[in-house]
Amino acid sequence: MKNDIEALYRDMLRIRRVEEAIADRYAAQEMRCPVHLSIGQEAVAVGVCAALEKKDGVFSSHRAHAHYLAKGGSLKAMLAEIYGKEEGCCKGVGGSMHMIDLEAGFLGAVPIVGATVPLAVGAAWAARLRGEDKVIAVFFGDGTFEEGAVFESINFAVLHRLPVLFVCENNLYACYTRLSTRQADRSIHGVAASCGCNTMSLDGNDVLAVYDAARSAVSDLRNGSTPYFIECATYRIREHCGPNIDDELGYRPKDEVEEWKAACPVARLQSRLDIQPRDRLADMEHAITQEIEEAFACALAGKTPNQTDLEGYLYG
Amino acid sequence: MVEIRQITQAEAIREALEQAMLEDERVMLIGEGVPDPKGIFGTTSGLQEKFGNSRVFDMPLAENGMTGICIGAAISGMRPVIVHQRIDFALLCMDQLVNNAAKWRYMFAGQVNVPLVVRVIVGRGWGQGPQHAQSLQAMFAHVPGLKVVMPSSGYDAKGMLIAAIRDNNPVIYIEHRWLHGISDDVPCEPYSVPLDKAVIRRSGRHATVVAFSFMVVEALLAAKALADLGIDVEVIDARSVRPLDMETIVESVKRTGALIVADTSWKTGGIAGEIVAGVSETAFGFLRHPPLRVALPDLPAPTSHHLTRDYYPDALCLARAIATHLGSDVTDADLVSRLFRTTPHDVPQREFRGPF
Ligand SMILES: Cc1ncc(C[n+]2csc(CCOP(=O)(O)OP(=O)(O)O)c2C)c(N)n1
Ligand SMILES: [Mg+2]
Repeated sequence: MKNDIEALYRDMLRIRRVEEAIADRYAAQEMRCPVHLSIGQEAVAVGVCAALEKKDGVFSSHRAHAHYLAKGGSLKAMLAEIYGKEEGCCKGVGGSMHMIDLEAGFLGAVPIVGATVPLAVGAAWAARLRGEDKVIAVFFGDGTFEEGAVFESINFAVLHRLPVLFVCENNLYACYTRLSTRQADRSIHGVAASCGCNTMSLDGNDVLAVYDAARSAVSDLRNGSTPYFIECATYRIREHCGPNIDDELGYRPKDEVEEWKAACPVARLQSRLDIQPRDRLADMEHAITQEIEEAFACALAGKTPNQTDLEGYLYG
Repeated sequence: MVEIRQITQAEAIREALEQAMLEDERVMLIGEGVPDPKGIFGTTSGLQEKFGNSRVFDMPLAENGMTGICIGAAISGMRPVIVHQRIDFALLCMDQLVNNAAKWRYMFAGQVNVPLVVRVIVGRGWGQGPQHAQSLQAMFAHVPGLKVVMPSSGYDAKGMLIAAIRDNNPVIYIEHRWLHGISDDVPCEPYSVPLDKAVIRRSGRHATVVAFSFMVVEALLAAKALADLGIDVEVIDARSVRPLDMETIVESVKRTGALIVADTSWKTGGIAGEIVAGVSETAFGFLRHPPLRVALPDLPAPTSHHLTRDYYPDALCLARAIATHLGSDVTDADLVSRLFRTTPHDVPQREFRGPF
């Protein structure tokens, strides 16, 4: 079901429209927390999550909206969280950088980069020890790959042959700093391969390529293979943090930006869609818009969380 | 009938691990050297043989990553115990402990618990030096979301470790290398001791001495000598660093009117200062003397035994400090004759032969 092109398209379009709506409304100053949008990178989230089952787990980090939504996280709970409301997925304690939906198998996202990579390995380890048939995927960026905890985690996952799918979204930048000023001239997936992972390197803006890669990785992992590491080349269209386009800052070459804009994963798949009549595409857009409008309305109408609840969250 | 016998604190810790693993199959044990021939000073000996290599693990030298991996396992239905032979090594996991373990439950509004125990050992003596002899309880205790304990008796070492493993929160369980070899009455059966209660080890009227970890041993020696000389001090074993049991401490200070805190760590920014602050805020009017901290000088521990001679306050230092502070007229000769340490100053017991 998930594997049909229309569903992949719809999931990407939905994420795109949600984040555009966040960007559009950000200036109202009611979403009072940092937001890291995935606009331009949706194919990685959607392709990977389409290859997972509900029982499988996903972790992410600061740029988590797409992963959370692609795994089936509640849109209403996500928006309420960004608005700091009681109905939010963390009841307002977290905000945009702290996504969780246990029901959907979205096990957590936090902003310390690299922080959830070991947790993913630990969750896979627990699944192994408990005899559960589960794959755990973790999304992280090219910058995060520089963190020591990531290497420590990969080593342990390979050592114990744990069912982990490492997904590196290489968008060439960590904030404003280009990959070549941070990492030696060798590939990220090459390093992962030398650590003993099965690796794949692919066009992360081609959702079908991502899906195919993830599906074969997940199926191998279910059969006890060594961990997989897939490096997806992609690009962030908006600023690192915030709602805007920041091309005027000039930290990325103009022709590079234009090239990647032309490689938009949503537009690319649209050209391959075979929807007849074309009205159905408009219906899809319409349904998505309605869902988003409703979720924003719920978030805005949400309850104010209570400060007095905070203490109870600390210890269990 | 409760069966009790004398065992060392290292054996008490080992027994706690064994019984916790027997009682709950989700409990797992991991650390650098856990299954090796030395078995973390004997505290993990034989456990891999007993529980197998899918519950008892050695680990790569990757403290931060492995702590995160244990947190991942803890939020996925396991109850990991991770052990570091020195608390100094746990500094590499501060990111995972402070940013993830302490906050995972809180930041997700109580949806997920982190039942994790981190055993760390404070080294001392025999040239442990600047990077193997730090006592970092205050750093951990600073962080809401962690529980931090420092048992001093064999009974508590066992009971608090079992309680820590049964607890649904991350617990930093701080051992002291100089306590491992001390024998004590320990019941055979499993039992737990609360993680948030201090205990009065000796009652007294003239001053309250709050001591942590190995300083409880020194404080009891000092108290005994002082009692011979007519100074009757109450000794409280703090046991827990976070939360601090201020109720027990304040109640005692209200009776004695004097507060001395004996810590195993540096003075500046230490937990002793926190106790002084707490007592000053709530029982200032009861204090007949200014509060006093007996702690380490603000210097990393040196290695040479020639340099450590005066680094650690022992029972004699503590007794002197208390007597002077209370304005007593006991002579130094009286204290020296009762408390002079004849065991070399850099070993826990005369029999200790090194190397670690
Ligand atoms: C440990 C840590 N260091 C620094 C930061 C600040 N920071 C937030 S996002 C980011 C860049 C991450 O880059 P990358 O992993 O490539 O992800 P991207 O933002 O490109 O998706 C940095 C440095 C952080 N959150 N955590
Ligand atoms: Mg990046």
